Amino acid sequence: MLKSDRTFFLRPQDMIGIAVLAFLLIVVLPLTLDNFRLQFVGKYLTYAFVALGLVLCWGYAGILSLGQGVFFGLGGYCMAMFLKLEASSVEATKIQTTPGIPDFMDWNQITALPYMWQPFNSLTLTLIAVIMVPALFAFIVGFAMFKRRVGGVYFAIITQALAAIMTILIIGQQGYTGGINGITDLRTLNGWDIRTDSAKTILYFVCVGLLIACILIAYFVKSSKLGRILVAMRDKEDRVRFSGYDVANFKVFVFCLAASLSAIGGAMFTLQVGFMSPSFVGIVPSIEMVIYAAVGGRLSILGAIYGTLLVNWAKTSFSESFPELWLFGLGGLFIAVVLIFPNGIAGLWQSYIAPHLGPLFGGAAKRRASPPATPPAAPPSGTAAPAAAE
Amino acid sequence: MFADYSLAELGSIFVMQGFAGLILFSVFVLMALGLAIIFGQMGVINMAHGEFMILGAYVTYFTSQFFLNYLPSLFGAYFFLAMILAFFAAGALGMAVEWLMIRRLYKRPLDTLLATWGLSLILQQVYRSVFGPREVGVELPNWMMGSLPVTDMVEVQINGLFVMALTIAITVAVALLMYKSAWGKQVRAVVQNRVMAGAVGIDTEKVDRYTFGLGCGIAGIAGSAFTMIGSTGPTSGQLYIVDTFLVVVFGGAQSLLGTIASAFTISQAQSTMEFFLSGSMAKVLTLLGVVIILMLRPQGLFVIKVRR
Repeated sequence: MLKSDRTFFLRPQDMIGIAVLAFLLIVVLPLTLDNFRLQFVGKYLTYAFVALGLVLCWGYAGILSLGQGVFFGLGGYCMAMFLKLEASSVEATKIQTTPGIPDFMDWNQITALPYMWQPFNSLTLTLIAVIMVPALFAFIVGFAMFKRRVGGVYFAIITQALAAIMTILIIGQQGYTGGINGITDLRTLNGWDIRTDSAKTILYFVCVGLLIACILIAYFVKSSKLGRILVAMRDKEDRVRFSGYDVANFKVFVFCLAASLSAIGGAMFTLQVGFMSPSFVGIVPSIEMVIYAAVGGRLSILGAIYGTLLVNWAKTSFSESFPELWLFGLGGLFIAVVLIFPNGIAGLWQSYIAPHLGPLFGGAAKRRASPPATPPAAPPSGTAAPAAAE
Repeated sequence: MFADYSLAELGSIFVMQGFAGLILFSVFVLMALGLAIIFGQMGVINMAHGEFMILGAYVTYFTSQFFLNYLPSLFGAYFFLAMILAFFAAGALGMAVEWLMIRRLYKRPLDTLLATWGLSLILQQVYRSVFGPREVGVELPNWMMGSLPVTDMVEVQINGLFVMALTIAITVAVALLMYKSAWGKQVRAVVQNRVMAGAVGIDTEKVDRYTFGLGCGIAGIAGSAFTMIGSTGPTSGQLYIVDTFLVVVFGGAQSLLGTIASAFTISQAQSTMEFFLSGSMAKVLTLLGVVIILMLRPQGLFVIKVRR
């Protein structure tokens, strides 16, 4: 097994897992769901990027960030700014006092495009910004905190405060950000109308493609030496430090990676849903994103995707029929996932279902059944591993 | 920004904003005291703290309604009974939560954070279903209404003064309890070295449960005081939770004095800036300032040095 790890970063069972997920997302769902529902799935999948980042950051490296919504929002806003500028061409906005700037700026008596918005005239710069702006922000925050060995609960609280700050800032600076309504009325991407059903279907497949690419990146990081150091660091930080590694750098890296992944999700969200608002940035959405990863299994890359889909599907169907019950359900989910099944769906799968699949599928599945040895060996509580090990 | 005001006006602006800041300070201190005890003692992040506070506020509201309908002659004194009821209601709920949930999670602080967040969602929905989604306000007794003129430009509200006096009383009581009583000594022993405290015969589990109950009970009192200055809705608690956590972390998690000092700094900075900038910018700048200071000095303002 070790040998195969060295030659290729995907184990056979991972490849089967990814193939099943890809088949589900590319073939099964588009064939069985109508357009309306498929767009919902597309929206959920944008959150899956965040959950993916959290698996790396929280599950593997033990850094719980309660501010992932900030990065999701930054990515989304970068995209939205580009689309908004394209939608506010001089012809389209000629009834405004100042034509050529977004409508909400005009309503707020701003007469020229702010410098902050200038780079978003170009698609290339926008795409770079989607990845780089959140990563840079994460770098500043992570560097300042991890170098001083701030971690655990303190980090969680401070990232949560950042989410609060970001929301208040966006809502307060209405003229520059669109305020509480966010950036709405987005129409075209380089001349291509994104509001039609066919465009939305295409964007769904783009989203799935990007997600699978990101899953591969996540697997690559996980199976690399870096991934092993991250896990070692989570379980016994001091020992890794004493072995000569600069722990902070690894933490900063994984935090930035998680931020960029979230931002890609945010940008895809803007494209598919057609607007971006501060309600996806704040404390509540940020912590909800943690539950997606937790339900799916904080140690499982694929689990996080299923967790996101499942929680969001439950949210939509509950809010449609019993809006009162949903908060009970969500709250209960938080408690259950912590107390009863800390490894989420992936943990349940590996301990109850995977062993029974062995006889059905013969040899190939036997290998699939063997992994339970790995995750349950890591104590059920990702972050508390050191305490439990002693 | 100062040019439009005369010196005397500026002086009274600062005094009035300072007073508004003191009211905010009182709420922060009352909320943060409970949190600081829980976080400092057990390292538990109680995200549902705001909801315990709101429970206290609802208890106060219903007590005031009860007095209004059945004992109107004693209405002036309802608040004191309400406060005691709020303390015990929130404290009892806190102990139940500790017993059912928190005690299984002491070794996983990040998981308590998630679990208590779940609890806070459930409590919010319970409040919404049981008490209705609308905000409720209590009727203040006559003696608490109005304001005292200090100079011709400066006047202070009596309910604000009352909340402040209450805060001082509670803080002193908590300080005495923690630093002068036998029970406080046990709590501090457990904070400093749980294993040794257990070894010398302190029932650490019991200490934990009562400490958690005490922290939640103080949150209940905070909720009681909160009704004096604002109205209560199912989600009011969440508005304060991040600020309060920053207060606790900024002050240094295990230091009572630090909590008070940081609550003072944050509330004064915020309310003074609120007058000159918009409310949202004042809040952004305050929070950002705190976050930056915490990045430079992660241990907070005051630290208890303990050998571990």
